[in-house]
Amino acid sequence: MLRYLQQRFIAALITLFGITIIVFAILRMLPGDPARVIAGLLATEEDVARLRVALGLDQPMLIQYANFLGNLARGDLGTSARTSQPVLDEVLARLPATMQLAIVSMAIAALIGIPVGVIAATRRNSLLDYVLSIITLFGVSMPVYWLGLMLIVIFAVNLQMLPAAGNENLTSLILPSLTLAAFSIALIARMTRSSMLEVLHQDYVRTARAKGLRERGVIFRHALQNAFIPVITVLGLQFGTLLGGAVLTESVFGWPGIGLLMLDSIFARDYPVVQGVVFIFAAMFIGLNVAVDVVYAYIDPRIHYG
Amino acid sequence: MRTLTRESTMAKLSFNDSHIERLHAARELWRRFSRRQSAMIGLVLLLMIFAASIFAPLIVPFDPEKQKLSQALIAPGGQFLLGTDHLGRDMLTRLLYGARLSLTIGFLAVAFGLAVGLPLGAISGYYGKWVDLVIQRFADILLSFPSFLLALSLVAMLGVGLQNVIISVGVSAVPSFIRLVRGSVLTIREQTYIESARSVGVRDARIIWLHVLPNAIAPVIVQATLNLGSAILIAAGLGFLGLGVQPPTPEWGSMLGEGRNYIFSHPYMATFPGLAIFIAVLGFNLLGDGLRDALDPRLRHV
Repeated sequence: MLRYLQQRFIAALITLFGITIIVFAILRMLPGDPARVIAGLLATEEDVARLRVALGLDQPMLIQYANFLGNLARGDLGTSARTSQPVLDEVLARLPATMQLAIVSMAIAALIGIPVGVIAATRRNSLLDYVLSIITLFGVSMPVYWLGLMLIVIFAVNLQMLPAAGNENLTSLILPSLTLAAFSIALIARMTRSSMLEVLHQDYVRTARAKGLRERGVIFRHALQNAFIPVITVLGLQFGTLLGGAVLTESVFGWPGIGLLMLDSIFARDYPVVQGVVFIFAAMFIGLNVAVDVVYAYIDPRIHYG
Repeated sequence: MRTLTRESTMAKLSFNDSHIERLHAARELWRRFSRRQSAMIGLVLLLMIFAASIFAPLIVPFDPEKQKLSQALIAPGGQFLLGTDHLGRDMLTRLLYGARLSLTIGFLAVAFGLAVGLPLGAISGYYGKWVDLVIQRFADILLSFPSFLLALSLVAMLGVGLQNVIISVGVSAVPSFIRLVRGSVLTIREQTYIESARSVGVRDARIIWLHVLPNAIAPVIVQATLNLGSAILIAAGLGFLGLGVQPPTPEWGSMLGEGRNYIFSHPYMATFPGLAIFIAVLGFNLLGDGLRDALDPRLRHV
């Protein structure tokens, strides 16, 4: 187990290292002079020159990259061009809102998606299964941002039941989290259904039935436990997708998370913050993947830790 | 001389044979595909969207980009079937012309993903060792961004516009193709016909192109079809945020983004573009699922 974890951890570190190269390249690949971009259009030539020296942009690429890595290791992601605040502070200030949204959506997705998948699989080819299949297919084909807008039209404009935007109280969490969860609910349900169907064909399920176990026991004690393994992977990957989808959802609902921060920074050409958000997103996603691998190895005894 | 002619005749014969075989396979595939109702619905949906986008000028009499403020924000019905937008342009016209752009972006982005991902995946799986290691780490890095976030970051870097959107969405499709092709190539590499080709001295590039890839292509076609749906979804998402194709060009995502500003007073402006994206993506998902079932008989019972 320990060796397996070590391997996963090293692979994750290598990937993280690759990420730093991409994030480093974001600013350097921009057309034009990065110092000019950061300084803004109103800055004088002297300001730009001073900034170039201050940021070390006059040094060779490799040294720039080494400095970038060194700063990163000390938790220094640079300074926002807009607010002159440290990027890390800006990102950390917005992170809780995004996490809140993503975690609630994930919980909704799992709590609805898994039971729907199990029900559809146990009543295969019934009318219910058919209807659920259509709904989940719609769910994976629907643009989340459109769903968000439609929910606003229905619940905020027509019924006036829920707030359309902002983050004041718990009710303002309902629409954004449902919007963000929709795709994952559908995907998890589809995944659970096909995984369950595969397991229900296995010999041990027939054996369990043959020895007279009640259907509920067969489903929950034997089938579901084994069908769960691929579902866990999807759950883990979905959390990453949720973080990505959060950008759109946050934009639709004006939710003050890091997705909205990234968008505002893109439009304001505040590239240090864009870099910071991209790095944090990627780092979280990598950490999540390692966590999934660990959980995976823990539940599935067939996986060797060697 | 004589042997040479005989060889070329045999080559021709065997070509005919394989040609007939391929025809049979295609017919069998179609039989399995067409039996599935959902797959056929997907095909019909897509054909309708294609036809509508191609014949747009014949279907609607309006100009998709010409503004006429005196006709702004007219509700659906009457002369303007789906209403007009904030600049007095007919919504239906813009949706039909927008289909051209959304489909083009989808196809070119997936083509880009294939053009990069297919060779990298094949090389990675065929050669193994350090080549494999390097390419797989590269795929890992791309995979460590959720695909929408990757496309968004790239657009932030490259700037907006049609070409950059295609590249950004295309890059986000690359890692899935690398992984998929590598997996198939790994199993094909061990087959005896590859070994025999190698033993008579066929060059690696030729083996990969003629013997490995044709046998690895079925899952790639399925994945590409499903990716077309997600490419359209991602590109429209960029357009929605104002980071895609720039106005006044009609594109579904940016139309939805414009409609969003009128969501409280004229919700139809956001409803129809979203519906168009939804139907197109649904079509590709149905088609992809149908193709997978037709190409992979093992999955038929599910």
